[in-house]
Amino acid sequence: MSDKKPKRREFLFTATTAVGAVGAAAVVWPMVDQMNPDASVKALASTEVDVSSVKPGNTITVLWRGKPVFIRRRTKEEIEEARSVKMEELIHPEKDEDRAKNPEWLVMLGVCTHLGCVPLNDKGDYNGWFCPCHGSHYDTSGRIRKGPAPWNMEVPKYEFVNANTIKIG
Amino acid sequence: MSDHDYKPKSKVGQWFNDRLPLLTLANHLTDYPTPKNLNYWWTFGGILTFCLITQIITGLTLAMHYIAHADMAFESVEHIMRDVNYGWLIRYIHANGASMFFLAVYIHIFRSLFYGSYKSPREIIWILGIIIYLLMMAAAFMGYVLPWGQMSFWGATVITNLFSAIPFVGEGIVTWLWGGYSVDNPTLTRFFTLHYLIPFLILGLVVLHIWALHVPGNNNPVGIDIKKPSKDTVPFHPYIVIKDGFALLMFMIVFAFFVFYTPNILGHADNYIEANPMVTPAHIVPEWYLLPFYAILRSVPDKLLGVVAMLSAILILAALPWLDTSKIRSAVFRPLYKQFYWILVADVLILGYVGAMPAEGLYLLIARVATAYYFLHFLVILPVLGFKERTLPIPLSITEPILGGSPNLAAARHGESKIK
Repeated sequence: MSDKKPKRREFLFTATTAVGAVGAAAVVWPMVDQMNPDASVKALASTEVDVSSVKPGNTITVLWRGKPVFIRRRTKEEIEEARSVKMEELIHPEKDEDRAKNPEWLVMLGVCTHLGCVPLNDKGDYNGWFCPCHGSHYDTSGRIRKGPAPWNMEVPKYEFVNANTIKIG
Repeated sequence: MSDHDYKPKSKVGQWFNDRLPLLTLANHLTDYPTPKNLNYWWTFGGILTFCLITQIITGLTLAMHYIAHADMAFESVEHIMRDVNYGWLIRYIHANGASMFFLAVYIHIFRSLFYGSYKSPREIIWILGIIIYLLMMAAAFMGYVLPWGQMSFWGATVITNLFSAIPFVGEGIVTWLWGGYSVDNPTLTRFFTLHYLIPFLILGLVVLHIWALHVPGNNNPVGIDIKKPSKDTVPFHPYIVIKDGFALLMFMIVFAFFVFYTPNILGHADNYIEANPMVTPAHIVPEWYLLPFYAILRSVPDKLLGVVAMLSAILILAALPWLDTSKIRSAVFRPLYKQFYWILVADVLILGYVGAMPAEGLYLLIARVATAYYFLHFLVILPVLGFKERTLPIPLSITEPILGGSPNLAAARHGESKIK
């Protein structure tokens, strides 16, 4: 009798704590998850852009998921410059061929990977983009070359619906 | 504390106090023995309480007219400025009040650093203060986002992106903070909620801060332990109340100067342009009170390490009671520390200045040297100084240097007590 009682208490104590912990977790998770993107935000996941009016050497900026997307029609020199860079020189090595499937068109998020500012076109030491916030320089392929940003500007999922229309997302 | 045996005079008072000892508390606060040599640097605790109450009252009234929605926030702030009766006044008090709050808190913190108020037995008061300071920064940052101008939007973008520096989970955390894929309406509504909540958290912590203060009692310019109550103390009321009140009046003149004569000088013109996610302003700078930390962030060329350095610069303060190894509190008796103290003040001011300048060339170099020195001060100079420094003899009481004999006598007694 005397050694049976504590065991029963221990069991009840552990079981109650366990149920309490599961219950607390079940309440905490909805409270945390409600802050994640909601259904209406997720519904705006793709955008179609008509690029027929963009001339070589020009960039248009469109808004996708609240972020600017750069669509640049690159000149021959820019493509050549981007493709002739050796991988060893890059901070975040990526081939231009992988970033721009169609070499004439560079599509990427116009968001500096440092702290999220919008870099300026045709600026910086590498003829690509320059971020005015903390001084990151990007090349004609949108790759980081100098400054505090850790990665190249991100290439989103996109496809050419037809010759003149790009679908982002 | 000597007020345990306090008994209200009236029968009703006694009846009430036996059930809820509020009158005992009031008596403790008025009679609270305070060192009689407290100078004007000690009046900033009261000034800070005033700042907090001002922010809460003006904030509540602004919230009656403000609309936390990405499409309407900017306009509702202009509506407050132009249409709401005295809206301009309330908003200018609130906006400049944030700066005044930080001005006062920096003086309060540097007062502690000079007189060693963070040392044993006041470590908990100090750490509570650091938590309050962190919450103040969070509240100020989120409040700055609410008008939904260009600086609001891009400030929010840059600061929330600091979290993306965390390896692996960083991007997920940022998306979670935003409630979307960029700073947008869900971000604004949650910032408004938290901006409303934090001042009340601060209020609660201020109560703990004062409670913890009332256990050992105030430090003082001489930095010695004193007997309470004694010849070295005066009751809080009326002595300190009058002194605090006078200092507060002087402070309010400065406050009013900003509100009425240069209400926008501490802000940025870009914030009168509505938020535009397509264009970043050419020159992003935070509010003046965050500039030193911003300079530290930018002086490190690596993203993650920059964020780590910036956070460490603040959190290192919490470890200060243990980094400072000197037994002597007040810099008055620490000739070397006194010099390093002023170098640190200059260092922080320099960091603030370069934080406002573009991060390139000479500015960047200065920022790097100043950042290195900031950490050197806390991690090397302070711990070593405690062992190496020859401190001056401290008096036995506050009254002694004025009334009791020559400093030599004091020195002799000090030496004596050390031998024991």
